[in-house]
Amino acid sequence: MNAFNSRLAGALAATTLFTSTAVAGELVINTDTSDPAPKAAFEALIAGFEAENPDITVKWNLFDHEGYKTSIRNFLTADAPDLANWYAGNRMLPYVEAGLFEPVDDVWEQNGLGETLASAKGSMTIDGKIWGVPYTYYQWGIYYRSDIFEQNGITAPETFDDLLAACNTLSEAGITPITIGTKYLWTAAGVFDYLNLRTNGYDFHMALTKGEVPWTDDRVKATMENWKRMLDANCFLENHAAYSWQEALAPMVQGDAAMYVMGNFAVAPLREAGLTDEQIGFFQFPRISDDVPMAEEAPTDTIHIPANAKNKEDAKKFLAYLARAEVQTEVNKTLGQLPINKDSQVGDDKFLQAGYEMLSGTEGGIAQFFDRDAPAEMAKAGMEGFQEFMVKPERMDKILERLEKVRQRVYE
Amino acid sequence: MFPTPIQKRSAVAQTVYKVALPVALIVWLLPLIAVALTSVRSAGDITAGNYWGWPSSFNLLENYTAIFQQTPIGQYILNSFKVTIPTVIGAVAISCMSGFALAVYKFKGNLLLFFMFIAGNFVPFQILMVPVRDLTLDLGMYNTWYGLALFHIAFQAGFCTLFMRNFIKALPFELIEAARVEGISEIRIFWFVVLPLMKPALAALSVLIFTFIWNDYFWATVLTQGADQQPITAGLYSLNGQWVAAWHLVSAGSIVAALPPVLMFFLMQRHFIAGLTLGAVK
Amino acid sequence: MTAPIVPDTHPPLRRSWWKENQQRLAPWLFLAPGIFMFAVYVIIPIFQSINISFYDWDGLGERTWVGADNYVELMDDEAFYTSLKNNVIWLVLYMLAIPMGLFVALFLNQTVRGIRIYKSLFFFPFVISQVVVGLVFAWFYDPSYGLMNIALGWFGIEPIAVLANEDYVTYGIIAAGLWPQTAYCMILYLTGLNAVDPEQIEAARLDNAKGAKLLWYVILPQLRPATFIAVVVTVIGALRSFDLISIMTDGGPWGSSRVLAFYMYEQAFSEYGFRMGYGAAIAVVLFLIMMVYITGFLWKMYRDEKGY
Repeated sequence: MNAFNSRLAGALAATTLFTSTAVAGELVINTDTSDPAPKAAFEALIAGFEAENPDITVKWNLFDHEGYKTSIRNFLTADAPDLANWYAGNRMLPYVEAGLFEPVDDVWEQNGLGETLASAKGSMTIDGKIWGVPYTYYQWGIYYRSDIFEQNGITAPETFDDLLAACNTLSEAGITPITIGTKYLWTAAGVFDYLNLRTNGYDFHMALTKGEVPWTDDRVKATMENWKRMLDANCFLENHAAYSWQEALAPMVQGDAAMYVMGNFAVAPLREAGLTDEQIGFFQFPRISDDVPMAEEAPTDTIHIPANAKNKEDAKKFLAYLARAEVQTEVNKTLGQLPINKDSQVGDDKFLQAGYEMLSGTEGGIAQFFDRDAPAEMAKAGMEGFQEFMVKPERMDKILERLEKVRQRVYE
Repeated sequence: MFPTPIQKRSAVAQTVYKVALPVALIVWLLPLIAVALTSVRSAGDITAGNYWGWPSSFNLLENYTAIFQQTPIGQYILNSFKVTIPTVIGAVAISCMSGFALAVYKFKGNLLLFFMFIAGNFVPFQILMVPVRDLTLDLGMYNTWYGLALFHIAFQAGFCTLFMRNFIKALPFELIEAARVEGISEIRIFWFVVLPLMKPALAALSVLIFTFIWNDYFWATVLTQGADQQPITAGLYSLNGQWVAAWHLVSAGSIVAALPPVLMFFLMQRHFIAGLTLGAVK
Repeated sequence: MTAPIVPDTHPPLRRSWWKENQQRLAPWLFLAPGIFMFAVYVIIPIFQSINISFYDWDGLGERTWVGADNYVELMDDEAFYTSLKNNVIWLVLYMLAIPMGLFVALFLNQTVRGIRIYKSLFFFPFVISQVVVGLVFAWFYDPSYGLMNIALGWFGIEPIAVLANEDYVTYGIIAAGLWPQTAYCMILYLTGLNAVDPEQIEAARLDNAKGAKLLWYVILPQLRPATFIAVVVTVIGALRSFDLISIMTDGGPWGSSRVLAFYMYEQAFSEYGFRMGYGAAIAVVLFLIMMVYITGFLWKMYRDEKGY
């Protein structure tokens, strides 16, 4: 910082006793796993690690899911833990570029992770270095109430027209076809991603998130037109901007809504709220264009060592532990998600099996997620635009022009 | 309208007034009453959508023990005290001295300094945010209660100095002059003559600052994070993110967070209002 | 070299130097801690912020001097104008707290049994943190089970998602803010009313002044100091409207409830932001708005001081 501040800092540091020293053998972990299932998964993970390493005490700071996104930058610069969870792909780029994450190539090398975690190596690599250890991924798609579908004589849609027809039938029956809570914006991005992947394909979607295509491109407009068709068919929950994604689960649990475009982490709270596996179903987001190979979204969650961590040695031990096949099996069983390690077992849960099958057979490619593929500023502006579009579709051109303006500045 | 004392009005008017008072109060406090009621509801009531009817069961103990056992709310409260109490002491101490200096001495720049304190007190937080955060980082005090308290002390010094200076200015100046004639040093005048007369101001200012700092949310989010160091305001927001739609817990948490300043207010009501309304009467 | 004779009286001499000068020095000694802290944490940061606003800086790497670029961009930023517009709405509507507070104060300005408890219970909302107020009102507005929409339902009105509607959201948040602010103004007026001279009112009554006329011509002039403080604290409250927005909507839907204070925070500190320079430029604009008002306030203080 500037000269004044650092001089003052020196003066004060010399006179105060306020110095924090790391306790030897203490490992500080920050995570955003505040929802019940992820919380339980981490409790078990940490307990297992401590049992194996009795000389290490883990100090775990739990942040709420949405607040963490703001906090991480603060603590990485200011008060770094030894480990922090985050996401693969472009989402970790700013921290890598700012030198806030530590490369962990040695952990990968010593533990043969290049082989066991091979599938995620690409999304963990920036500038030829590996920046963390992935431990879970999960499919996105449409979760639905199979009992409600049955009552209304609907089967899982395979084409976009089927989906729109289902929306019409359901809303005529007084049921909200698709529940969604866009208060924190990213849920709308899930819908956009799928519509864009289905309308224009994986390569176009990645080019768009990389800033290589203008937002005012006709192909983007085609995606938005498809979205508009969904809006016209009354597909979505009213007042969605007032709810978080968890709050939007309630109508589905209560039987007032039938579908949810979500990641597999939605299954745990649905079950917890009392729905049985007979009542919940899953289908792949329907095909829109026959010429476009089906691509999917499967975000990978990761753990990183901050560059300013105090206890990197034990942190690496933890990463090695986390990468192990049986550990990933256990963690993902509790999370209800898919392990990265190829020797891990995929839980025999029907949603996990369905997701695993779908993702292994994907021809189109696997995207992370809009806010992980696009840089942060673009993502924020984009998601705000999607939310606005869902309420005011007539503003499409204005919204796309605004996004184009952001694109020109961000990717400069 | 105004000040016809109700006793002089007709019996009907008196009755109407006496009925209107509690009704108005209930409407006014309805949001709080709802929160208090919700904080004793069961989770079942919440999922069943029974928010405004009579609770199906009273879970006072369950809910309040639950928030203390399952969440770090106790730690948050403790952090709030750790930030608030030193701030009260520090800000009051500093402002006693600067208020004294500005009220008692005539010197060049007196009014200018006084205005600087006032103006600084009105400045939008956002213009301080980035540099203060950097400074706190450089001092190694980011995410510590004392880093937060230090800032609060400095910022509150503005308001407190205004308050103290006006209070001391209203004291009889003859006392100080008499002491000077006796040859008593300025420091002893401050300590033995003026300070004892400032007791009401000290009390008023202390309760006010306590409430302000306890309720601070902005700086808590800028200078601290995580359950270790964050005060209850920021903590409650974070917990709200975790207790999604578990309104019985959110409500119980809110009540716990509101309790210390509310108690402070009721115990020290006279001082509190005296402090707040200083200047409302000439 | 002959050493100067050191007189034995040196210590007393020094003391008398102190004695002579202590009235000149004492204020500075007393002021030193206050000035130091205030300078370090308030005065200097203002200038640092102004400086940062001319740079492009992500808070981590090197700063790049960009001159007035941030301000130029601001002029072409839709979100900035939305924020500015909302700030104006806040300023105007927040002023309602003053007449509302006066009304409540007049209502409570009686001597009946238990009135003191009523007064303090009416004051209650002000003591509570804005975080709690925000949570309570967010819930009150909830479209599916909030009290407001249940009440609207009684009249057959469809639920309104106040916080998800770009046209209502700012008003909804302001309503929440008015609750504690009205309580604050009320207490100012209650204190002011205590000091109203009853004889003047009697005299006015004899002149047949009644109701609104009495209020306007006799009472209000006597409440001027209270009104002044009420305006001061309400303007500050309106311009600091950060907490409620952060808690109730996070600036949404699609950024339509932002104010400058919130937008600045978002640009500088949120996950999607980290544009310290741009944020600082927003803060400078906010600061300038506030300065207009601070100057007015200081001017009045100055006149009062000279009037002594």
